[in-house]
Amino acid sequence: MLVGCDGALSIVDPAGPAARSIALLWWVMLVGGVLIFGLVMVLIALSFRKRAACEDDAGSARLWIVKLGIAFPVTVLLALLAYGLVIGEQLLPRESGETVIVRAEARQWAWNFSYDDLPGRTTQDVLHIPAGRPVDISITSTDVIHSFWVPRLAGKLDAIPGHVNTLRIEADRPGTYQGLSAEFSGSGYDRFTFQVIAHDETGWQAFLTGETE
Amino acid sequence: MKALERHREFSRIWASAPGFKGLFSTVNHTDLGRMFLVTAFFFFIVGGILAMLIRAQLATPHSAFAEPDLYNQIFTMHGTIMMFLFAIPTFEGLAVYLLPKLLGTRDLAFPRLTAYGYWCYVFGGGMLLFSMLFGIAPDSGWFMYPPLTGAISSPGINTDFWLIGITFVEISAIAAAVEITVSILKFRAPGMSLARMPIFAWYALVTALMILTGFPPLILGSILLEVERAFGLPFFQAEFGGDSLLWQHLFWLFGHPEVYIIFLPAAGVISTVLPVMCRTTLLGYGWIVAAAVALAFLSFGLWVHHMFTTGIPHMGLAFFSAASTLVAVPTGVQIFAWIGTMWKGRPDLRLPMLHILGFFVTFVIGGLTGVMVAVVPFDWQAHDTAFVTAHLHYVLFGGFVFPILAGLYYWLPHFTGRQRFFYLGEAAFALIFTGFHVTFLAMHWVGLLGQRRRISTYMPEDGWTTINLISSIGGFILAIGIAMVLIEVILHMLTSRRSPRNPWSAGTLEWAMIIPPAPYNFASLPHVTSREPFTDDPELAVRLASGEGYLGRPNDLRETLTVEITSGKPDYHVIYPTNTHLPIIMAAVTGTFFLSLLLKAYWCIPIAVIGVAALAWRWVWVLGRKQDLPVQDIGHGIELPNASTVEHSPGWWGSLFLLVANATFFGSLLFGFAFLWTVAPGWPPPAWFDASAVELALGTTGAMVGAAAIRRARRANALRQPPLAWLGLCFAGTLTVAIAAAAITLRVPAPVEHAYAATLLVLGSYALFHASLGMLMVAFLVSRTALGFTSAARKTEFPVVQLWIDYLGVIAILVFLVVHLTGWLS
Repeated sequence: MLVGCDGALSIVDPAGPAARSIALLWWVMLVGGVLIFGLVMVLIALSFRKRAACEDDAGSARLWIVKLGIAFPVTVLLALLAYGLVIGEQLLPRESGETVIVRAEARQWAWNFSYDDLPGRTTQDVLHIPAGRPVDISITSTDVIHSFWVPRLAGKLDAIPGHVNTLRIEADRPGTYQGLSAEFSGSGYDRFTFQVIAHDETGWQAFLTGETE
Repeated sequence: MKALERHREFSRIWASAPGFKGLFSTVNHTDLGRMFLVTAFFFFIVGGILAMLIRAQLATPHSAFAEPDLYNQIFTMHGTIMMFLFAIPTFEGLAVYLLPKLLGTRDLAFPRLTAYGYWCYVFGGGMLLFSMLFGIAPDSGWFMYPPLTGAISSPGINTDFWLIGITFVEISAIAAAVEITVSILKFRAPGMSLARMPIFAWYALVTALMILTGFPPLILGSILLEVERAFGLPFFQAEFGGDSLLWQHLFWLFGHPEVYIIFLPAAGVISTVLPVMCRTTLLGYGWIVAAAVALAFLSFGLWVHHMFTTGIPHMGLAFFSAASTLVAVPTGVQIFAWIGTMWKGRPDLRLPMLHILGFFVTFVIGGLTGVMVAVVPFDWQAHDTAFVTAHLHYVLFGGFVFPILAGLYYWLPHFTGRQRFFYLGEAAFALIFTGFHVTFLAMHWVGLLGQRRRISTYMPEDGWTTINLISSIGGFILAIGIAMVLIEVILHMLTSRRSPRNPWSAGTLEWAMIIPPAPYNFASLPHVTSREPFTDDPELAVRLASGEGYLGRPNDLRETLTVEITSGKPDYHVIYPTNTHLPIIMAAVTGTFFLSLLLKAYWCIPIAVIGVAALAWRWVWVLGRKQDLPVQDIGHGIELPNASTVEHSPGWWGSLFLLVANATFFGSLLFGFAFLWTVAPGWPPPAWFDASAVELALGTTGAMVGAAAIRRARRANALRQPPLAWLGLCFAGTLTVAIAAAAITLRVPAPVEHAYAATLLVLGSYALFHASLGMLMVAFLVSRTALGFTSAARKTEFPVVQLWIDYLGVIAILVFLVVHLTGWLS
């Protein structure tokens, strides 16, 4: 288990498109980070070699500061920023006919979910969604700040009193996914969790017709 | 006069009172620097013990070691103590101790202010310790998000301890920042132009300016939240036109610069120590200064990266994401300049160098994970998990603790005059380095597996057990290493092996003196012609001790001189105040004010405020003299005027930078008002302010009359005419401002019903406070003039008062416009 990626709450064990693209982003950044770290460590180690002292300060400054200190990070960062921006844009909840809309309202320490497709029905601490379809969660809070987070499906978004934030999640396959509130909220914070049940098409229809408890 | 005789004379003039009692009246920067550092290290130990409790709790699942209510206090206090009571005071202590010595002068600009800041820190820190010992410590996390910290969710006194105690401690940060800024700009050895300043002074200057502009938003936020809790003014309550997001903006507007406020002094230590360890000079001095300045500017533009999950539009986030990653550029410049310095010289693996290597490894990893969390989509996952906890410890431990340990071992011979005798330090370094990485490298991974920060326990089936256990074991190894450092430092102070002077062969001025340092630092002040004066002239210490520099003749006064800011040409002569209990008394009375707020003993507040005002009056009053001082001979044929006869005395510079902080506070308040108006739900308010053209005209005119009258008073004094009539007019103008401001506070619609009215009340009170302050200052100047403490030559108090009256004019007019115009427009 020490170096495994799997786990009910693992970011690196994605089960939906949003979490998957962020997990890929992580692996890319990890590899890049390790390479840069290695480069810096090698440069530091090499400074301990025995060699003639170099007294050309202006030349050294050009190499160390202008090339390594400025040009190198600027190049890497611009590429990373562009990559991050594209992924971020793809994850935004955009208009589409397919989308299922759910409202999530947090309080200390429970989540209430209500469904646009099923007026009047609310579920507590269990969110029902269809698998394979984008779901937009409208998130708010009635007391303090909380955060809606299903690590294997997507990133988190805060539930803030007086504001409604919309997060898109999607599960590839039917199943049960663990969710957490990820903003410290006082003494009940440890146990402030919920479940997301992703149904297949028939299961979802059964839920919509009120057959699922 | 022989060197020894001179040493005795100067020591008599500059010494603090003997013994333990002397600590309470000392104003000497060497004493206060040591006191700051010892106290800060004490809080580091306390914070470290709390960290051990956290790791004990998380070592196993289902831990029953601490209940959530207790655990919440533990992690909140760990963060609070490390940030506010360890890191910032350590910078203050190091700067207070080192700066005058590095800059070749005898003390900081305002010795009593140093002492006042120290005692505010001790008393404020004491309040927080008290709350912890009695189990009523803050428990909402060190960034105190409302509504969780509001009166409804946190009715206890715990949160008040944080808001009031930390604000009290921040007085010391602001005091130290003003002190450090003015000292670096004005109090240097002759010839030390800005370009010849030791690099640490540049870092300290940038840090101090950042404190002046970074802390005010948090002070404002703390005041607003405390006012909301105590009196129900709803700044952060959505149902009454407030917004909890306002707190996050104000907090991180402080909180992110704070990270660089902590890192930059440490980088200053690296830039100072590393070249000495490599027997060379720093590569790219100018680049490094530019990088530090760039970091300072950038750091104010990326606070939103702590708020990527609050629902701010993605393109807005993209801007802050870009700014956040760009911070890596000036950081990279410094890192590569340091590595280039190592290539340029011949690095020696002495103990400070080991800690610098520890810094490189740790901080580079922290920087790389920092770039990762600055990428918005990744932060959506990593935010509020153990990954972020791990990242911030890599940055802060790597970017602060390792450099400070390097600095500790580097300057230890300077602090004590002794050599290391027991070589525990190398083993301690190995334990600290190993322990740290075992603890926090593991923590990244458990964060990726979904462990949130701030949970008090977890389940075996979460799959985090092994990693947490490893992490806890690493934590205890780290703690043993820190304990060994502590033991070594204590042993070091008990053994008696004298250190040679300048044990590292450094080139900066702090080593050109006897160690441990004499209270006057230099028997005569050097003339500086390069960045490394002690390398240029290895005999410098002896020559200064035998009085060959400036001001080498003891004459019963604590004397120094100032220089012109950029060129370093001698400017004027300064006489310092001597030992006094005034700072500790003033801090105690200031503490009474905060304590009255905390205990809701509101009847006591006016008493404390009057007490502070009376002490402040005395503070300034005792500096006056009734005779003009002639120009002073400082040696080498140079004559300087005394500070009491110049336009821009140290007091004027201090006021200027205090007003910079004050203006940031006011700007944050206006930002808050605009933010609530445009973003908060629940607007428009049920009732608008009933605008009055008469009050607006009266207040504005009063402000302008005050500013004009103080100028006429100043001119009259210069022309040897009596300025009293003009001062009277200035008082009348200021009084008018006070009346118009008071009218606002009395006439706002019910402030508990909407954030709009609550904000207007704060704006009005702000103007009223400054008008009262202005009246007090004008009254002071009237007394001074009437009793013969001013003259055409002794004019220096007029520009200081003018500065404050001008500031009052600007903010009062803005307040009147904002308050009355919003009433009309709506």
